[in-house]
Amino acid sequence: MNPLVTPDLGLVVWTTVAFAFLFFILAKFAWKPIMAAIGDREASIEKALLKAEAAKEEMERLVRENDSLIKQARAERDQILSDAKKVKEQMISDAKELAHKEGARMIELARVEINNQKAVAMADVKNQVATLSIQIAEKILQGQLEDQKKQDELVSQLLKEVKL
Amino acid sequence: MDFSHILNSRKITTSVVLGVFLTLLSFGKLYAQEQKAPENSQETKTEQKFDPTETIMTHIGDSHFYHVGGGIAFPLPVILYTNKGVEIFMSSAFGHEGEEIHQGKYAKYALINDKVKAVSGDDKTIDTAVSVFDLSITRNVASLWMSVILLLIIFLSVASSYKKRVGKAPKGLQSFLEPVILFIRDDVAVPNIGYKYARFMPLLLTVFFFILINNLIGLIPFFPGGSNLTGNIAVTMVLSVITLLVVNLNGNKHYWAHIFFPGTVPVWLWPLWWVVELLGIFSRPFALMIRLFANITAGHIIVLSLISLIFVFKSVAIAPVSVAFVVFMDILELLVALLQAFIFTLLTSLFIGTAIEEHHH
Repeated sequence: MNPLVTPDLGLVVWTTVAFAFLFFILAKFAWKPIMAAIGDREASIEKALLKAEAAKEEMERLVRENDSLIKQARAERDQILSDAKKVKEQMISDAKELAHKEGARMIELARVEINNQKAVAMADVKNQVATLSIQIAEKILQGQLEDQKKQDELVSQLLKEVKL
Repeated sequence: MDFSHILNSRKITTSVVLGVFLTLLSFGKLYAQEQKAPENSQETKTEQKFDPTETIMTHIGDSHFYHVGGGIAFPLPVILYTNKGVEIFMSSAFGHEGEEIHQGKYAKYALINDKVKAVSGDDKTIDTAVSVFDLSITRNVASLWMSVILLLIIFLSVASSYKKRVGKAPKGLQSFLEPVILFIRDDVAVPNIGYKYARFMPLLLTVFFFILINNLIGLIPFFPGGSNLTGNIAVTMVLSVITLLVVNLNGNKHYWAHIFFPGTVPVWLWPLWWVVELLGIFSRPFALMIRLFANITAGHIIVLSLISLIFVFKSVAIAPVSVAFVVFMDILELLVALLQAFIFTLLTSLFIGTAIEEHHH
């Protein structure tokens, strides 16, 4: 038989021993830690990717939330501004009206007061005039009545004037 | 586009450099013989005919001497387990050419066709009273242990760099080998074995790298490479027997039920079925054994034949042609080295996959 295809039993034994030795050493001290390390790293990469994806989603969610918050805030601000505007206008118009009314009332009051004062003043004037007239008349009368002749003359004149 | 151009040119450069390198080595490989031939002719005074078959068979076979080249050869330990006791001596006891008879403790030994036999007398007649089981450290065994040590150095250092660099990107040798390990896992083990792949990863990785490194060592044309270990039927037999055992020891009940109780086959055909299936159990590892052996041995034979052409034609003019073909073959053999390691691992995982598959009839 061709020596090429005749397995040499010594080499069979040595190959078995060497391969078994190699297998057990490598399996325990090389393949186990290597496969574990590769597996761990892959798991951590996977986890990191998932985390990144989650973070991205979270980010998007936050951005969306922010947008809606901004929109809401803007709407609220607009609402508040328009409300304020309305209130302002209302207040202005109210104030105007109030001022108008008050003014009118005060004018009226002033007028009344003026009239009153006028009346009082007139009455006063009248009194004064009357007093003055009386005093003048008294003085005149005193002057007139100092002289007998003149008294007579006056009486006659007054008598003349009285027409029965 | 620029990048691919650079890559291509680099590939070409690499292959040219590799080619020149291998050429020089091939010259070195045959240098020993070139020197030897004239010596012999001087001794015999007649043109000794160059026998390529013998040269090639010596190169791809096993030996009790480790030839370095230039007529230098290291003697290797001879370990004999005889029915009388264990004998240990160096192969230099057989003389430089391995022609002498060595008087051991229990018997006389001689090398007959490079195999140690117990002999009686000085005429090298085989002594049948002494049975010899040869456990010598031959060239192949030495090469085998060298590859084992190389693999241990490589992968224990890689494992330690994994421990040192936990969670970091691979670096150096680690980054060179990690894609290969991942390739075995993701493209060989997982698709063929399925989710239970993890249990078989150590075996598949060991088989792959063992075959690969021995294929590559076989391609190195000078000492301490050049041994035809994966092209030796004993080695491939051990590897395929391991596959046979792993596949059948892990076979689940579906696997065995398929072999012994094929449901859809008529009962009267079952005995025939059993024969075919049992044949199948053995023929698949057998094919693995032959495939690896034949591919690697064929590569070595072709390279050696091409080199032998120079000596057959006795002309230096033929050398450039020969060397060009050898370079081509060596590059092809690099591919074959990878391919055969891959195929062996792939088929092993395929067989394991069929044995542990969850069938649903």
